[in-house]
Amino acid sequence: MNPPTPWETMIVASSRQLAGERVCFVGIGPPNLACGLAKRTVAPELVLIYEAGGVGARPARQPLSIGDPTLVSGALSVTSMFELFAYYLQRGLVDVAFLGASQIDRHGNINTTVIGDYQSPKVRLPGSGGACEIALNAAKVFVIMQQSTRSFVDRVDFVTSPGHQGSAQRGGGPAVVVTQLGVYRFDESGEMVLAALHPGVDRAAVAEHTGWEMQISPDLAETAEPTADELRLLRQELDPEGVYSR
Amino acid sequence: MGDKVTSMRQAVADLVRNGDTLAIEGFTHLICFAAGHEVIRQRKRDLTLCRLTPDVVYDQMVAAGVATKLVFSWLGNPGVGSLNAIRRRIERADPEPIEIEEYSHFGMVCRYMAGAADLPFFPLHSYTGSDLPAANPRIAEVIDPYDGRPVHVVPPLRPDVAIVHAQRADAEGNTQMWGLLGCQREAAFAAARVIVVCEELVDEEVIRSDPNRTIIPGLIVDAVVVEPGACHPSYVQGHYDRDNRFYVEWDAISRDPATLAAWLDEWVYGTEDHAGYLTGLGEERWASLAPGGPAMSAPVDYGRYG
Repeated sequence: MNPPTPWETMIVASSRQLAGERVCFVGIGPPNLACGLAKRTVAPELVLIYEAGGVGARPARQPLSIGDPTLVSGALSVTSMFELFAYYLQRGLVDVAFLGASQIDRHGNINTTVIGDYQSPKVRLPGSGGACEIALNAAKVFVIMQQSTRSFVDRVDFVTSPGHQGSAQRGGGPAVVVTQLGVYRFDESGEMVLAALHPGVDRAAVAEHTGWEMQISPDLAETAEPTADELRLLRQELDPEGVYSR
Repeated sequence: MGDKVTSMRQAVADLVRNGDTLAIEGFTHLICFAAGHEVIRQRKRDLTLCRLTPDVVYDQMVAAGVATKLVFSWLGNPGVGSLNAIRRRIERADPEPIEIEEYSHFGMVCRYMAGAADLPFFPLHSYTGSDLPAANPRIAEVIDPYDGRPVHVVPPLRPDVAIVHAQRADAEGNTQMWGLLGCQREAAFAAARVIVVCEELVDEEVIRSDPNRTIIPGLIVDAVVVEPGACHPSYVQGHYDRDNRFYVEWDAISRDPATLAAWLDEWVYGTEDHAGYLTGLGEERWASLAPGGPAMSAPVDYGRYG
């Protein structure tokens, strides 16, 4: 079997973070694969909730969007978006939610709105979607993203979804950030800390891909190699087109 | 009440006016592209387009010059990337600027709720610590009169016109849908005028056989348009799948303004109506979007009383 790609390692490391979790708010792309993998490995009881209104989805194929019809057929419930955001998310039923980010800073503030100035942006990004309220109302937020000096920045250009400063309600900033290089957590002051390096990655690589001086956990760990079983599930069942294994 | 069935051309001509605030809702599911195309064909102008997720149909409408303002919460081509025509307007004012008013998904949902329920505003737990309220002063904060703590509120959204698509409706506009409902019901109740577009026109008795499935009552509906396939490349649960290939193709089409203009000429201005668009698409492409098979719900028994 081919060794894991950086994307695959990121997805496997994210799926392991879901051990013991129950209700999970899913996004499309890598989060969807991480949740699918977790359901087949560390978290078989995981209830998948999609922003479009699918609750307890049982996708028969890989959904291509959060509104894919395969998330409806066979689901436990399909709700209006008001019910989903009000009764499920705001009411506090969501244990863990995945967010992506174009930029994140040392306090876990997330930007998915603009690069540059809001009024005259260099790049107009999609915006919040549900991310702002997800960040504030999910019990825990996990971030999956590609790490570079452009995405790991000292200060985000725009705070779409708040991180660890300010008076966040439930979540109070992301719990975990997983990239192609490692796993990050936040210390008591709310600053990001490198908690684990993926196999074959060293501290210098992390420093090269970070726009500030990253703190290192005194208990720095190494991510266990993706197992043959995890890679088989990922490649054969979850990502048969090989989007993330190239 | 009575028969409200009309053509798309007539419904758009009668009910969508220049300068209107228009919501063609639908979240991935039930996005009525045919209505958007008819708005383009009739060269409506100065519209404010509202929608949680302006996607490809709004990119087409903005490119065609029908809109001067967008109200939204997520701006993208789902699973593909950007909306290139809208991005050109926002980033480079190319060919002209467009005004934006931006919320989060829950904020937009609550705006429709306030509009539908005729409330002055709607409170929600969001935006604390975010830059969104600074970017959009209409996201405000009030003091909760019961516990004295601040809470964010959003204003009602009351579109002049909402256009919603559904699996079936009767001639009066009693409308039933299933699958992802998005904000269809809230947008319809919030709007001054409502156009329902359906895959299938059914007898009132079909509606009455399953009243829990009636999402929009004929009471608030002004026109019923029977237009099967009207959502392509979006989808209708149980009828046809999402044409994901088109969403990918749109990225290439929309990157170049000339290619985009040629696409509008061929597929929108160059077609009489949606039937013409579907003819252009071809039977083979259409057949490839059929569901793999039926997945029937178990019948429910409402019982006879009296």
